[in-house]
Amino acid sequence: MPTFDYAPAPESRSVVDLSPSYGLFINGEFTEGTGSTFKTVSPATEEVLAEVTEASAADVDAAVAAARAAYTRVWSRMSGTDRGKYLYRIARILQERAREFAVLETLDNGKPIRESRDVDVPLAAAHFFYHAGWADKLDFAGLGTDPRPHGVVGQVIPWNFPLLMLAWKIAPALATGNTVVLKPAETTPLSALLFAEVCQQADLPPGVVNIVTGAGPTGQALVEHGDVDKVAFTGSTGVGKAIARSIAGTRKKATLELGGKAANIVYDDAPVDQAVEGIVNGIFFNQGHVCCAGSRLLVQESIAEEVEARLKRRLETLRVGDPLDKNTDVGAINSREQLDRITELAAAGEAEGAERWSPRCELPSKGFWFAPTVFTGVSQTHRIAQEEIFGPVLSVLTFRTPAEAVAKANNTPYGLSAGVWSEKGSLILWTADRLRAGVVWANTFNKFDPTSPFGGYKESGYGREGGRHGLEAYVRTGA
Amino acid sequence: MSVSADRVDVRKTYKLYVGGKFPRSESGRSYEVYAAPRGARSAAAGTRGAFLGNVAKGSRKDARDAVVAARKAQPGWGGATAYNRGQVLYRVAEVMEGRRAQFVNEVQAAEGLTAARAEAVVSAAIDRWVWYAGWSDKYTQVDGSLNPVAGPYFNISAAEPTGVVAVLAPQRSSLLGLVSVVAPVVVSGNTAVVLASQDRPIPSVSLAESLATSDVPGGVVNIITGHTAEVAPWLASHRDVNALDLTGAADVEGMAWGDLERAAAENLKRVLRPAGGGSGAQEPDFLPTPDLTRLRAFTETKTVWHPKGT
Repeated sequence: MPTFDYAPAPESRSVVDLSPSYGLFINGEFTEGTGSTFKTVSPATEEVLAEVTEASAADVDAAVAAARAAYTRVWSRMSGTDRGKYLYRIARILQERAREFAVLETLDNGKPIRESRDVDVPLAAAHFFYHAGWADKLDFAGLGTDPRPHGVVGQVIPWNFPLLMLAWKIAPALATGNTVVLKPAETTPLSALLFAEVCQQADLPPGVVNIVTGAGPTGQALVEHGDVDKVAFTGSTGVGKAIARSIAGTRKKATLELGGKAANIVYDDAPVDQAVEGIVNGIFFNQGHVCCAGSRLLVQESIAEEVEARLKRRLETLRVGDPLDKNTDVGAINSREQLDRITELAAAGEAEGAERWSPRCELPSKGFWFAPTVFTGVSQTHRIAQEEIFGPVLSVLTFRTPAEAVAKANNTPYGLSAGVWSEKGSLILWTADRLRAGVVWANTFNKFDPTSPFGGYKESGYGREGGRHGLEAYVRTGA
Repeated sequence: MSVSADRVDVRKTYKLYVGGKFPRSESGRSYEVYAAPRGARSAAAGTRGAFLGNVAKGSRKDARDAVVAARKAQPGWGGATAYNRGQVLYRVAEVMEGRRAQFVNEVQAAEGLTAARAEAVVSAAIDRWVWYAGWSDKYTQVDGSLNPVAGPYFNISAAEPTGVVAVLAPQRSSLLGLVSVVAPVVVSGNTAVVLASQDRPIPSVSLAESLATSDVPGGVVNIITGHTAEVAPWLASHRDVNALDLTGAADVEGMAWGDLERAAAENLKRVLRPAGGGSGAQEPDFLPTPDLTRLRAFTETKTVWHPKGT
């Protein structure tokens, strides 16, 4: 049979207008920081995109002061209806500038334009639209009596879904009447800085949203700031624990969305073609840079061979390469540091005796790349079955009985998400009941929605984001 | 506690409650417990009243044994129907009602209350079980949701128990406070390891006896008496404990609740902080009807997706 290759189909970069350098967004204006600067690069090409300010402790202090003033003087006094209208405005501007955000996100993060265009940006806008409607309806949310804001919220987000995580953090905080200081990840600051422009366009009162860029020390200064009432963090379990320790003994509240090592359970009566698509989506979506990625495939022994064969055949068709190409399935690894970590863990998988396989694919010579990788013959004790890899690496394990599947799925300190594939409804519900995970996808995977609470059990953190439940973290109730 | 004129009363040995059994402390230790003088506001020693008894002084090992018992009991209790858990909690109220005179005497002695006040406190404690019993099959309805996601998916969120919860029971409110912190933990299907009030432990032992005769499966509630500051850190740092209730950290000498919260971060336990401001801790008034804060603090929201299609 003749095969037809894809012609390149690059999305135009012209929609994005990059500045050579960016300041901090404090009190409604871009200001020069007092700290140093750092460069953000395109992980697909290592091209320097812009120079960004590393916010110092003094800068963080100024941002928190601006947020406090905005909270006291403006935002906490504004009616819920008017707060909601600002959020609706932001949602609309995100929709209007969607393509610009998508291209910028793909440039800075390395994710395929198909994903930033069809997932990240529309979902971010949807989050603002959803929460806008809550702003004047909090009394009906069943959160308790007299729901009211905490005050100033310090938020630190990761690099895997920069704009979407910003939306998950800022939308509920603002809807409930809090003001925000947010620190984007050091490798992906640009969409947050573009969002600052959106706040200006929406005429959001100065100080309600403040964006401080920087790395770990900036985040730490924000989290530990004495005038921050609540902390919201998405990132690694290690940093999450450090935050939990640092706020111990204070009255600061925290929500933590941390790591995961999700099991994706495929029973022998599963619709195999759909399951294979779900497995691929579960681990290769966003290069596996997903805290809820289905990184452990648990497949029933009787169909393991068939599933592995079909999975490998499917992976041969994955297109790895230029993230701006509309036909690309798997983009670049976000940073050299992350690439090193994935490389190290994959090597450990081989060293511990698992069988490594990757499809034939040509990786670009520049940038940070890792071919989709499948390990078979993995056992529970292997590091690749225990540790979060946060990359396009799937570990395949087998099981015989549903009880064994559940036991293996739960045998992890994490508990963020899980998948179940079966045509039998009662088996799905039985399994879902027993999985210690905050999100269970049955016959689907990696679906997100602003109305659907997201968050983990155990060491995947605490609190939920999204839905009615997500509001709880941002209000005080009772006398 | 009452002394009759014509006979020598039989005094009681106050023991731990672990895994449905009443062992002594493995350490072999006990400590002396005295009545609070009438009108006593704090649990501070130095104002001791009559000798009430020698109470088992629980150790680190006792706390660990209790965690093992609680973990073992959790799947069964969490997997029981909500209707069943509700009936079991209601049964606790029934059994306590039958022993109310004993509870009134013990609370009166432990807390230095008038008889009338002790009656009111015991009534409130019994009624608290009834209140929480009713929540067992309603809480998931009130707190759960069907989420209208933008796509062809069925999407539902419901609360589940967190797992094993370590509870520092209030130091002053020896029965009402104790019930007010234990009932919201177990009603949703968690199991509990409870450190009873250090200086007022005797009502907790009688509560344990009520639990043991109320169809509450062994291990669902485990009660350790002893010195809070000695045992609490081992529970706070225990890797197989999922959550920590610090309500009883108020008025404990030699222990800062912030240290316990810090230790709890090691496996990201859910922590319910004590009432109060800053680093201070104060014991709340347990008489008013509670809200759902305590129940909610020890549950996890699980969201399940499934496609809709033909």
